[in-house]
Amino acid sequence: MDKILNSILPWIRSNSRVLDLACGDGSLLGNLQKIHQVNGYGLEIDERSIIECIKKGINVIEQDLDTGLSNFSDNCFDSIIMAQAIQEMRHPHLLLDEMLRVGRECIITFPNFGHWSARCQLFFLGKMPVTRQLSYQWYETPNIHFFTYRDFKMLCDAQKIRILHCDCIAETYPDIYLKKMFPNLFTQTAVFHLSL
Amino acid sequence: MATKIVSNPLDRSNLGEIQTDVVHIPEPLELSCGMRLLDHVLCVETYGQLNINKSNAVLVCHALTGNHHAAGWHVGDKKPGWWDNVIGPGKSIDTDQFFVVSPSNIGTCHGSTGPLSINPKTNAAWGPNFPKLQISDWTASQRMLMDHYKIKCWAAVIGGSLGGMQAMHWSITYPDRLLSAVVIASAMKLSAQNIAFNEIARRAIKADPNFHHGHYQEKNKKPLQGLALARMIGHVTYLSDLSMAEKFGRELLNGNFLGEKGESIEFKIESYLNYQGDKFAHGFDANSYILLTKMLDYFDLGSEYNKQPSVAFEVASCKFLVLTFSSDWRFPPERSREITKALITAGRDVTHAEISSSQGHDAFLLPNSRYQKVLSTFLNRIVKNVNC
Repeated sequence: MDKILNSILPWIRSNSRVLDLACGDGSLLGNLQKIHQVNGYGLEIDERSIIECIKKGINVIEQDLDTGLSNFSDNCFDSIIMAQAIQEMRHPHLLLDEMLRVGRECIITFPNFGHWSARCQLFFLGKMPVTRQLSYQWYETPNIHFFTYRDFKMLCDAQKIRILHCDCIAETYPDIYLKKMFPNLFTQTAVFHLSL
Repeated sequence: MATKIVSNPLDRSNLGEIQTDVVHIPEPLELSCGMRLLDHVLCVETYGQLNINKSNAVLVCHALTGNHHAAGWHVGDKKPGWWDNVIGPGKSIDTDQFFVVSPSNIGTCHGSTGPLSINPKTNAAWGPNFPKLQISDWTASQRMLMDHYKIKCWAAVIGGSLGGMQAMHWSITYPDRLLSAVVIASAMKLSAQNIAFNEIARRAIKADPNFHHGHYQEKNKKPLQGLALARMIGHVTYLSDLSMAEKFGRELLNGNFLGEKGESIEFKIESYLNYQGDKFAHGFDANSYILLTKMLDYFDLGSEYNKQPSVAFEVASCKFLVLTFSSDWRFPPERSREITKALITAGRDVTHAEISSSQGHDAFLLPNSRYQKVLSTFLNRIVKNVNC
């Protein structure tokens, strides 16, 4: 999460209004509040995570993201963040549209299913990959969509979404050296900064 | 003979026997209707200890038919106060941490100034002539009560239903006098359906031949039938279809369907509702009920802010906790989502939780582990702010 935070920090303005979708225990928002004094809100559905947010003094709203963001008006946030959760949503493309309606910019991070270790497990072992980023067995995973760095770029093209920045996170070697040259193969976590 | 409640001294969650304070507010209270109460009396219960800085005080705002007896026991009672599930040592509103102030508001009928009190100008009971009230009159009176205890700032103003409306009103009327507002199972204004139920209840009371246009006291009568009917209607709207099915189903108290002659059939729910209606009718005042339901109907948080609640909340500065219950159809989750939406638009700090419950609107009064956990976690956070 630290790497993700470092990636997105330059894209968030001080004192801006931030909505964090599937905010978990509120750590990311807490850091953004400390560093950028943002006016932040988190949406979360997990009861335990909500309690953790309240303990930290994070503004947390209990909401099922699969029901959309219709309770938020257009452009009412500067940035909408969704870290490591879009693969769990029922309709990622519709949610992406909603995020760009409610926020001026949005930041999405996701585990790259195109990473070589995932490809190897599927190709050589013939089994669904279990990696550090995709740490669940197929039968218990909350992830219902598997997609790659390249897939996501293609979705942005198709929906005419502008990619302002894109950061490829890799924490182990040789991926750290090779991610720039072959992002789809060596990115462990992809971080996209988008707007319309 | 009344039996004395013997509270177990080892039961730390019990506040034990509670005394009621009668607080006289000597300053005049200018009411929203243009009338003025030269002075007034509030029945108040307090739980816990006020700290030296007087920074740990919490105001509990009661709902439509509530009163000052929110927690602990009165001598002879079979049940503790109406929010004893939530208020007490180690409970969500922890009396080891907070000094809890629970008044009966003006216009009610349990000892505070209201229709049953004597109008000093006529030396007779106010009856139906008691001034028409709005929620702003309640918060103004509570604001005066604050001075009585020399409290500068509430750590929290907390209420369910009509109580939640008071908490919201506090946040925009006296923004520097509270650190947090807890709004439970409430709404920024009533829906047409809400108002409809209130009007049915009022008509039931007014149609009682003993009502005499509100002057029943002078004739030594009470519109018991009308008041009971009003309560029965209200009571149904506080429950849910599911909770009634769980609690009563189609069980019979008397008779059966075997066709025996002369046997009358009574469902359990019929008996329960009749009992609740009669109990309420004997303990409540009809003029109060009409006055308070009107007060609910007229509340509209955004009315003075160009009908925009989000503009109203821009005035507020406290932190908010908004809680709602899944099966509540009197103040459904959608009403609470509207509150939270307005708060977010206004940029206010807000936490919002939707508690799963089958208990309907009454859920805010009943035990529910998640509800109590969310409330206590939020208030613990406030305690930390108060103490540092």
